Amino acid sequence: MTALTRREALLAAAGFIAAGARGQENGPAVSSGGDAVLAALPGKDPLIQRAFRPPNFETPLADLVPLYTGNAVFFVRYHLPVIPRVDAASWRLQVEGPSAQRSFALSLPELKGNFPRVSLAAVNQCSGNRRGLFSPRVPGVQWGNGAMGNALWTGVRLRDVLHKAGVAADALEVVFNGADSAVLPATPDFVKSLPIDRALDESTLIAFEMNGQPLPHWNGAPARLVVPGWTGTYWMKHLTNIRIQPAPFAGFWMKSAYRIPTGAFPTVRFVSQETPETTPITEMLVNSLITSPTPAARLRRGEPAQLAGKAWDGGPGIAAVEVSVDGRHSWREATLARELGRFAWREFQLALDTSRAGPLEIAVRARSRNGATQPETLTFNAAGYHDNRVQTVRVEVS
Amino acid sequence: MQPRARLPAVAVAALAAALAAATFSAASRAAGGPPRAAAAEVTSLRDGEGRDLTVGQCMICHSVEYIPANAPAMDRAAWQKTIQKMKDRFGAPITDGDAKQILDYLSANYSGKSS
Repeated sequence: MTALTRREALLAAAGFIAAGARGQENGPAVSSGGDAVLAALPGKDPLIQRAFRPPNFETPLADLVPLYTGNAVFFVRYHLPVIPRVDAASWRLQVEGPSAQRSFALSLPELKGNFPRVSLAAVNQCSGNRRGLFSPRVPGVQWGNGAMGNALWTGVRLRDVLHKAGVAADALEVVFNGADSAVLPATPDFVKSLPIDRALDESTLIAFEMNGQPLPHWNGAPARLVVPGWTGTYWMKHLTNIRIQPAPFAGFWMKSAYRIPTGAFPTVRFVSQETPETTPITEMLVNSLITSPTPAARLRRGEPAQLAGKAWDGGPGIAAVEVSVDGRHSWREATLARELGRFAWREFQLALDTSRAGPLEIAVRARSRNGATQPETLTFNAAGYHDNRVQTVRVEVS
Repeated sequence: MQPRARLPAVAVAALAAALAAATFSAASRAAGGPPRAAAAEVTSLRDGEGRDLTVGQCMICHSVEYIPANAPAMDRAAWQKTIQKMKDRFGAPITDGDAKQILDYLSANYSGKSS
């Protein structure tokens, strides 16, 4: 197999090499829409720029190869354009609400020092990851595969902080706000809520470190919510306010955005926010990503080649990854690497048969411990969420 | 009302960024190869009647690369819905007259939805 340099792989992921292969000298086409460029935010490596303001930057495929996604290449997703550089020394986290028995504010040293510290590996995947691959196309940030990453998150349990406040018996939801804001006063602030049981789950963290380093600015410094198994929309960045309340939070970003058709997906329900028509997106579906070979790769006949990638789900953990190279007639199990935890992605690999020249189509489907597998077809939804179709890559053996 | 008074300043800053980005973009193309550099605001929408109004209004809150990026998903009806959403849900201060011009411009230049 031809080894791509990092630069080539980055460009291939952004669509540039494919464009060159079609003989287009100018205006490289990007399969998932727009003239995406590789560009670096301050403190970040070059990422696929889906939008500059609010910043939405996607991790190139080559940077999804390592077991932990680096902080400098971790994807960036914002809804609102005013993003202050939060001063860690003056930052405070306010905990309050009608269902909190006490209100208080925590400084960063207090958050770090007053509660047991926890580290947990987890995938953070944007709800709209792969939206740009939808057919028919749907509006929104036209993400490819890289609105996701896997990191080791270190912080404290949200429930320890909530218990310090005292959770009243009538608590229904916990509402989270961050330091980012809109330009116009009429624009709804980005505020999200969780059901009380998910907020009290032992895996839900307020994290201040990512992969052993302080959170990068663009990923929520100085502290953010980590909701393992649930899509990134709940992982509030630059967290400043936590409110425990007895009623459903009625803001735009809960009532109108990040919703899926009720009953369309086999995920946990967010009952207090549900209507007969729509319900909030919650857990990630079982899914996989092929990192090697890339579509641009040429495999040499008779030479060893490895299929490699990642598989993840909403928390049961990956039971198996199956691979077909004969048009889905037969499936073989790939080798799974050790598990980092049920919320992390799991690496898989399988030696490919390169004994015959010609096109080789590789199909990959992960299976969760709860029995769920990746489907062949998309469950279409207007917001472009939950694309967990069987993954395929076509390469040439010659 | 004070936040409203800030609007022109924001728009001016956005346009300044637009000019800087246009300069960068040209330099990058002249150097050859795909553009790759410090992130910058993309502002170059297609020439057409209503372009400047569209850029000016949309860039109050977001860079306009969202427009070409979304074109494959859009037709006139979808743009109408989007403009209405920007007004009703996000509070964009777009007058009905301006909304019509923006709709005409976007429909004519960025409707890529296959029927």
